[in-house]
Amino acid sequence: MSLDPCKVQLTADGRLKHFLTTEGLSKELLTEILDTADSFISTQERDVKKVPLLRGKTVVNLFFENSTRTRATFELAAKRLSADILNLDIARSSASKGETLMDTLWNLEAMYSDMFVVRHGDSGAAHFIAEQVTPHVAIINAGDGRHAHPTQAMLDMLTIRRHKGGIEGKIVAIVGDILHSRVARSQIHALRTLGAAEVRVIGPGTLLPHNIENLGCNVFYRMEEGLKDCDVVIMLRLQKERMQSALLPSESEFFKLYGLTEDKLRLAKPDAIVMHPGPINRGVEIDSTVADGAQSVILNQVSYGIAVRMAVMAMAMSGQQQEKNERNGEGA
Amino acid sequence: MSLPNIETLFTALNADLSRYLAEQSIQNPLFVGIRTGGVWVAERLQHSLALQGDLGVLDISFHRDDFSYIGLHPEVKGSELPESIEDRHIILVDDVIMSGRTIRAAMNELFDFGRPASISLVCLLDVGRRELPIQPDLCGAVLSLQEGQHVKLTGPSPLALTLA
Amino acid sequence: MSSLAILNARLLDPSAQLDSTQNLLVENGRIAAIGALIPAHVVEHIDAQGQWLIPGLIDLGANLGSAGNIPSEAKAALQGGFTHVCALPDASPVLDNAALVQAWVEKAAKAGQAKVLPLGALTQGLVGEQLASMVGLMETGCVALSNARAPFKNSYVLRRVMEYAATYGIPIFIAPDDASLSGAGCMHEGKVATRLGLTGVPRSAETIALSQALLLIQQTGVRAHISQISCARSLQLLQRAREDGIAVTADTPLANLIYTDEDVVGFNSQFNVRPVLRSEVDRQALLAAVNEGELAISSNHRPHDVAAKKATFADAQPGMSMFDGFLPMALTLVAKGELKLAALLNALSALPAQVLGMTHGLKVGNEFSAVLYQPDAVHRYRRSELASKGRNSPLAGQTLQGEVKAAFVAGERVF
Repeated sequence: MSLDPCKVQLTADGRLKHFLTTEGLSKELLTEILDTADSFISTQERDVKKVPLLRGKTVVNLFFENSTRTRATFELAAKRLSADILNLDIARSSASKGETLMDTLWNLEAMYSDMFVVRHGDSGAAHFIAEQVTPHVAIINAGDGRHAHPTQAMLDMLTIRRHKGGIEGKIVAIVGDILHSRVARSQIHALRTLGAAEVRVIGPGTLLPHNIENLGCNVFYRMEEGLKDCDVVIMLRLQKERMQSALLPSESEFFKLYGLTEDKLRLAKPDAIVMHPGPINRGVEIDSTVADGAQSVILNQVSYGIAVRMAVMAMAMSGQQQEKNERNGEGA
Repeated sequence: MSLPNIETLFTALNADLSRYLAEQSIQNPLFVGIRTGGVWVAERLQHSLALQGDLGVLDISFHRDDFSYIGLHPEVKGSELPESIEDRHIILVDDVIMSGRTIRAAMNELFDFGRPASISLVCLLDVGRRELPIQPDLCGAVLSLQEGQHVKLTGPSPLALTLA
Repeated sequence: MSSLAILNARLLDPSAQLDSTQNLLVENGRIAAIGALIPAHVVEHIDAQGQWLIPGLIDLGANLGSAGNIPSEAKAALQGGFTHVCALPDASPVLDNAALVQAWVEKAAKAGQAKVLPLGALTQGLVGEQLASMVGLMETGCVALSNARAPFKNSYVLRRVMEYAATYGIPIFIAPDDASLSGAGCMHEGKVATRLGLTGVPRSAETIALSQALLLIQQTGVRAHISQISCARSLQLLQRAREDGIAVTADTPLANLIYTDEDVVGFNSQFNVRPVLRSEVDRQALLAAVNEGELAISSNHRPHDVAAKKATFADAQPGMSMFDGFLPMALTLVAKGELKLAALLNALSALPAQVLGMTHGLKVGNEFSAVLYQPDAVHRYRRSELASKGRNSPLAGQTLQGEVKAAFVAGERVF
């Protein structure tokens, strides 16, 4: 029997031992992640950016989907924690030869790694791996299908906290292809837990999932209504394939209706910030002037990404270690 | 056993530190306190000696040697050093020195920031039980505790010593 | 064949208005008498005190996988309460030619467990384009022909398939599914799918295909049974069709009466099935239809090995192994008050018998196919001891009350 994916990632006393989803985590725990990330931000400004926390540990980047950027930030985060890191591009190796996920895992376990950072095209993949892998190996979800991208959501939360003073009481709009977005789902859970006043999703009917309100957000089909008085505007990336699957007519119509221009941004609060998980499609979801403008914090998001990933990796490794000690203590 | 009077300790330490700085010809020392007790002691010393400059704060959580045993401390607050430590004479301050591991971690962390000219260690109390070859340059008092006893500095105001 | 007397069993056959503890006499494979007195010459007695004697369950759709699986699956079916099992044609290889059907029929006879009734394919290879040799399939032993949920290329092909079958009075089983709408969906399109980020199958994938099938059934006059429905809306469409004079029967898998999309919590691949498990609203509507006597129940048994389910949800093979513990599992719905006992038993034997045009039930003169059920027995379904080859049983590791203790097929005691 599978356990609730939210509970599977916690130790008996509520500490993080995997990081699979933001859903179901307490406000205290999410805040602890942000606080820890904050302290790592300061370490990144020093001459020597490394801290020895994960020295001697082996981290494996297990990417079943291509992603240079996310993988690079995880690699950097692991290195700055002084861990040894191995990059496995499964997209090009065994899985494409027909090896099952289970077989891939069994082969990898022989390498005695302490942590897997997993990105996979199937929703629930990180959870599946966390259930199947030997005990005391931490799993960090770098994105599974359309289900979750918790580290991205947390770096987005950190960005909002640093630039708007906090998430409590804020009105946050997420715009674009919500249907295919794992980032959006993770953001919605985190925003709700951290006390956002309102979470809005804005997009055409074809790109909004069935019953999305059930996650705790309000649905808008027009930017003009959805952006009014927002404190934060998060633009999502639109993939080209959507135009080919009878979901959208064209990029230009999408930009006309949902692209963030200076005019549309004026509907939000004057000190609203503009965010984007990247990479941005200029002229499709966001205008260049806005992307490069004063209200944009897109480049900051990237720098916070390393600190957030360092934080969850350190916390998850710590939780696994504590569980291991308890188990050994019981056996002794 | 009874704890020494904290004011007496500070009076003695002030005098010792003042003399020490003069002897070492240290003119612009950088006070760096180790969270949390060391920061309070450092603040007090810096104030008493009427020395200018911001106080450095070290949170050694990321440099501890016991991550494999107890994991990450849940309340990491981060370190803040006000300026570059390159070529500075650092007065590293902690409230209680016991095994010496905290000081080892603190020095490792300081060197991540840069290369100081010197580090002098000032502690309010030395309770022995060293596990590493690290000794304070200046110390308020030496105590010997019974097995299982610990001394704690509470604060920030008033500062007080308690036995646990 | 000799005589056999079953004594002191509670004889339960709602279709024969039978629910009483009496003796039953079998002679030459048929029910000779129901009553108190058993003639002296009868040598073989079974004392079934505390047990129920019910007509053997008839399964309108199970996927046995391949001819090689027949022995184990037919045995598992029997132990689950089925004396007759309709085998779906989406096996390896597809049952679309007489030679294959012949092999199945022989293999089933040799196994001597539950009677395996092959369902032949409606189209060649189940590709949905060319007609299969329907008459040949029926003559070799198929009881009906099915699409096994495989789509038809277009309405034109479906029309011709039905017209051809109608010509020869061949009954067809249609499991409705619009492939363009179900797409890559692996669970019900709803709140749970949105939360889990899994692609869903909308209800319209079933209701649109069902509407298409019903209209063509009306146009062609073919004898049709609708297999494996999952939606409340489908029940409404069937009701409307019956009111319009279209004589059509339907069944739903047992799993869809017990589980819903909420059971997919934690990405449990055990609950990756087709038709998908829908919402509680749909489940309640299906239960009501069974209680009204309007809906039969099938097993939708689909055995898989461990590896098939040890994958991410979307990647896992769909299907549940249902034969092990089937009858006790079905009876939990009665214990919970969700189904009436009479309605459940009818849905599992009398209605399927009608669909297949079989004479079935505890009536004097009928062939004796029945099972003895011990309601207070307790059985633990250990994964290593399951009768089916399928390791994807929802009961694995669980303990259930009630067990089939004996089964008779055409007068012969099989276990």
